Amino acid sequence: MLETLVAAVMLASLILYALMGGADYGGGMWDLLASGPRAQRQRHAIVEAIAPIWEANHVWLILVIVLLFTAFPSAFSTVMIALHIPITAMLIGIVLRGSAFVFRKYDSAEDAVQRRWSTIFGIASFFTPFFQGLTMGALTTGDIHFVGNQVTTGFFAGWLTPFALTCGLFALALFAFLAATYMTVAPQSQPDLQNDFRLRAIWAQTALIPLAIIVFITSKSGAPSMYQGLTNWWAPVLLGWTALSAIAATLALWSRRFYLARIAAVAQVTFILLGWGLAQFPHLVTPDVTIQNAAAPESTLKLLLLALGAGGVVLLPSLFYLFQIFKGQEQR
Amino acid sequence: MNAPVGFDVVNGQPVNINPIAAMLNPASLHETIHMVLAAYVATAFLVAGIHAFFLLRDPQSVFHRASCSIALVVACISIPLQMVSGDFAAREVAKLEPPKLAAMEAHYQTGTGVPLVVGGIPDDATKTVKYGLQIPFGLSLLIGYNPETKVVGLEDFPRDQWPNVRLVHWSFDIMVGTGSAMLAVAVWVAWIWWRTRRLPDNKWLLRALVCSAPLGFIAVETGWFVTELGRQPWIIYGFMRTRDAVTPMPGLLVPFSTFTTVYLLLAVIVIFLLRRQFMETHPHWIKKETLKKEPVSHA
Repeated sequence: MLETLVAAVMLASLILYALMGGADYGGGMWDLLASGPRAQRQRHAIVEAIAPIWEANHVWLILVIVLLFTAFPSAFSTVMIALHIPITAMLIGIVLRGSAFVFRKYDSAEDAVQRRWSTIFGIASFFTPFFQGLTMGALTTGDIHFVGNQVTTGFFAGWLTPFALTCGLFALALFAFLAATYMTVAPQSQPDLQNDFRLRAIWAQTALIPLAIIVFITSKSGAPSMYQGLTNWWAPVLLGWTALSAIAATLALWSRRFYLARIAAVAQVTFILLGWGLAQFPHLVTPDVTIQNAAAPESTLKLLLLALGAGGVVLLPSLFYLFQIFKGQEQR
Repeated sequence: MNAPVGFDVVNGQPVNINPIAAMLNPASLHETIHMVLAAYVATAFLVAGIHAFFLLRDPQSVFHRASCSIALVVACISIPLQMVSGDFAAREVAKLEPPKLAAMEAHYQTGTGVPLVVGGIPDDATKTVKYGLQIPFGLSLLIGYNPETKVVGLEDFPRDQWPNVRLVHWSFDIMVGTGSAMLAVAVWVAWIWWRTRRLPDNKWLLRALVCSAPLGFIAVETGWFVTELGRQPWIIYGFMRTRDAVTPMPGLLVPFSTFTTVYLLLAVIVIFLLRRQFMETHPHWIKKETLKKEPVSHA
């Protein structure tokens, strides 16, 4: 029971990470892809939107990882051993991305050096979420085995499969879509800029649909338990809600109801990850590591949940306040 | 990790886990006090050193004088407390992890009336320290307040459970050396304040403060070397070897060197950017420097 509760908190913070941190990555992608007569203004708007909150957004990834090694130590060791290579790549991406962004912001002169930071920031914004999607996909493949406290499938299992690679691309498109949709609300006094981001959001959504279908098709052989999970009784309900929010987001973008589009996009991403989490349940690493067999002793889980409660009391109001300050004035 | 408690090991697996007991283990009190004070010491001396540097150039600056004074108050309070806490920590280590203490002091032969060895080159093969400065009865006095206190040496432990004696001993000596140097500067500051009720005008004292700016951070780093290298070959003292804890991933040299290179590069870039920011907020800095230097070179 306790372990399921911790796992639910992990899924919730993963969703929050996708909604906030994911949009940061998307922002970086659109920064690199900025084009047309308003490229400079697009970049400027993205930096303005990301700068005050990007560090706070990554709290959620840290929370997921801390919960994983505190509450599910053997799952942590399985993931860190079997997926050492993509996780190391992701970590390098995170380090380079964060430092390039800060260096660009605080580097005082507008010169060639600063443009180089922009490029590193943009490339790392593609690189990092690709490996995140790939890692999440690899957990579902069922190719990673953990028997007798040992990872028996080596260091290349799971993450080089077509399914995992498509998951990586899917994460890219999803974050690009999310960021562009968010950005349509941000520069309210600049309708031409809003339209740029509107078109980008629609393009990303268009790329997302075939990718979702490929993920589903490859999951049949690449992640059979996932495929089975998605044919459960609740799956049509969840898939229906996902499709509905995707359609709502697209229509809202089309008809320039940007605030509505933002809400629909948030719902879409939430339903996708919720579906992934439910299809994966109760496995952490399919098929050998489950929430139950990887759980830490009850004494640890109890204290962990107490700490989460206490931490939430401090963290949530502060984060709410942060967003209120920097994002509040956009919403009317 | 230095004094693991709060669990039992049954068939190689930890059971009966009590996280609170593990957190409040016998080593946590002295380590926490020592590190918290170290943070105050290191920051205070760094800040004092920076403002002392500016006071040397511009002795009339009210801002730098006030900032330097505030930092010195923190420094003068925290460094003597840190020396006391270090003494306490060493006696705790002697109780909890005798091989670590023996390596810190490069102490090979168990015995009474043990001298304190400063510096030198420890030699594991002959179990002696070459060229070290020996203070008779020093270690026995420090550990038990009695010249006849028995101190366990490394020879009482199997050879494969010795840490790297040279690195641990030298790191320890650097930590204690930098700490003592900072204490000396703090005493100098306090003495001047007591005599004149005014914070430093003395050029030599300001120069000493500039020189001691990095010492606190050197002490923090070497202190971590002492406690981490001194625990080797254990990662969890007495329970798990470091070599058994490491990931089975082969070729760890690749990520290790990649991350080292990345962080070295980032460090260089940070220094470069901070310098550039500083120069832009102090546009007259370069001019002032040349103006000031010229009369000096003529004189």
